[in-house]
Amino acid sequence: MNIMTEAAVEQKVQAGLNEPAVKMKGESVDVHYGEKQALFGVNLDIRENQVTALIGPSGCGKSTFLRCLNRMNDTIDIARVSGKITLDGEDVYDPKIDVVELRARVGMVFQKPNPFPKSIYENVAYGPRIHGLTKNRAELDGIVESSLKKAALWNEVKDRLNESGTGLSGGQQQRLCIARAIAVSPEVILMDEPCSALDPIATAKVEELIDELRENYTIVIVTHSMQQAARVSQRTAMFHIGYLVEEGATEKMFTNPDDKRTQDYITGRFG
Amino acid sequence: MAGYLFGFMALAAFVAAFLGAARGRSKRFAATEKTHSRPIYHGLNAAIWTGVPAFVFLLLWLLFQNSVIDMLVIGSYPGADSLSGSEKNLLISEIRQVAAGSVFREPTPEITAAVAHLKSLQALSSWAMLAVVAALVAVGAFLGIRAIQTRYPARHSVERSVTWFMMFSSLVAILTTAGIVLSLVYEALQFFARVPATEFLFGLRWEPQIAIRADQVAGQGAFGMIPVLFGTFAVSALAMAVAIPTGILSAIYLTEYANERFRAVVKPLLEILAGIPTIVYGFFAVLTVAPLVRSLGLSIGIDSAPNSALAAGGVMGIMLIPFISSLSDDAFAAVPRAIREGSFALGATKGETIRKVLLPAALPGIVGGVLLALSRAVGETMIVVMAAGLIAKMTLNPFESVTTVTVQIVTLLIGDSEFDNPKTLAAFALGLVLFIITLGLNLIALRTVRKYREKY
Repeated sequence: MNIMTEAAVEQKVQAGLNEPAVKMKGESVDVHYGEKQALFGVNLDIRENQVTALIGPSGCGKSTFLRCLNRMNDTIDIARVSGKITLDGEDVYDPKIDVVELRARVGMVFQKPNPFPKSIYENVAYGPRIHGLTKNRAELDGIVESSLKKAALWNEVKDRLNESGTGLSGGQQQRLCIARAIAVSPEVILMDEPCSALDPIATAKVEELIDELRENYTIVIVTHSMQQAARVSQRTAMFHIGYLVEEGATEKMFTNPDDKRTQDYITGRFG
Repeated sequence: MAGYLFGFMALAAFVAAFLGAARGRSKRFAATEKTHSRPIYHGLNAAIWTGVPAFVFLLLWLLFQNSVIDMLVIGSYPGADSLSGSEKNLLISEIRQVAAGSVFREPTPEITAAVAHLKSLQALSSWAMLAVVAALVAVGAFLGIRAIQTRYPARHSVERSVTWFMMFSSLVAILTTAGIVLSLVYEALQFFARVPATEFLFGLRWEPQIAIRADQVAGQGAFGMIPVLFGTFAVSALAMAVAIPTGILSAIYLTEYANERFRAVVKPLLEILAGIPTIVYGFFAVLTVAPLVRSLGLSIGIDSAPNSALAAGGVMGIMLIPFISSLSDDAFAAVPRAIREGSFALGATKGETIRKVLLPAALPGIVGGVLLALSRAVGETMIVVMAAGLIAKMTLNPFESVTTVTVQIVTLLIGDSEFDNPKTLAAFALGLVLFIITLGLNLIALRTVRKYREKY
């Protein structure tokens, strides 16, 4: 799965020992929705095995950027993306890249839990099935179980795997969607405000989960909650009206940001 | 007369509305405190008071006046007490005909006297009607306009009236259905009094053309509905075999693949298909499709009738495509975008997403559409009357002609018919069977459609 290109190896070497390697990279990314430009020349590195939080007021382009990373904007007819986005050094918008394979490597969890109207088991087994990841039922059972365990949902649902996924509570549904994303063994998981539809207890569980997942995955999370960004992320990128304002280690961003807009936003003065 | 009265009532209601609105607007009310209702409501309320009671009265009067007059005329006819029900009906229709001026033979003095009586009663009735309607309009207008006060809740009373009217409208369909069922059941019972129900339900021969008059040459008669029902199901099955795949595939293409321009053109065209009168489909079936099917059948060496089940069923299937495609279309469109994105985000292709996520999620809606189309197919008449056969045959060869329940109902009721003869009455028994089948299909369809609303 993890076949590294030369460029990626080079990056790893360059990054040295302290800094984790760059997993995905956006270079002067512009996005237009029809006539309207939503992103202006964004340059942003996503580092391996770290949680990168994208923050900024509504409509600032953070979700748009997130959706570029696995080309979910392709499903919107009027969206146009220019610039360069790489995954392990490969351009994901290269016509030779199969978008279906890309999305298997870069999974996504959405703002509103969107389990399929199928059983819990089928929800998780869906990805492995379409990608032919398993040879037999036992292997598939294994993937379902381990994915649900990684998503910290196994204990709650192990006795009712055949019940509908839509019958779970909101927090459970969101963890089911995370399990579903994990089941195809992605390298990167994109999360678009994964907790905005959840109560504080469910949010705490999902945040805890994100922290654990960091060990094996690279995570990019869009969030409106400053506390959440501070709690779960190692790096933070601040967006404002389509521009990347600044990006850096979360600690620095929240204590001593370079840009006044970041300062104002995280202290609640605007947005 | 009644027509003028309806016009008069409408005019009076209109005038009352104006007067009421003007009164509601006048300074006297507005000056002191805040008015409860705007002038338009006062006007509408006055109009309702003026028009509705008179309207209801007039309807009831028209409904019952003839039977009351008949009863009075018969009651005063000498020796009427000894007459039976049907003789009384004959007598009254003779009296009415004479009164209308169509005389076939010299009326007896009794008839002449009765005619005079009838005419005087009719004149009395129309004057009484006029007087009561005028009185109701006047009293209603007076009460309605007098009721207008600053705090009079005309808004509420108008809305209450409208609610009543809506309830009445919704009852019309139900009452009509009940009436249809009752009349069907009544005639069907007449039939079952003459032909045993077991023979009808389980008999394998259908030869209903028995003699109605003694001098007619006709068959012995057999009333087993199974071959006819078989024909209906054969034609419906062929129709569904055409309509289901075409309808669902076109819905999938239109919702998931087609671009906006293609969709904007094709969707209305598809819906036009639903608007073509079935008799036009019938022409198409009998003049174009049937000969094609026959020559196709003969060319591959199958015994083919000029009117084949395949021609009728195929054309019917085309007629049903829009039903299935537009309901499936809705079902696909109802699947939330988030669920599609969830599937795409896992690296599923469009085809996989449609097959594994959209289709199962939309299935109940599609099944609902299919069942509705099926009940249309079972009840469809014109296409099969023109393109299917008349002889009841149980055959699995689609190039053979079959007959259907609806075709048989039509042929039984055409030509000589008499309502104490099993041949005619059989039509009602068949109608009842058809009604029960389509009702059952519709119930299942509605239930499935309702279930899918809870799905996500």
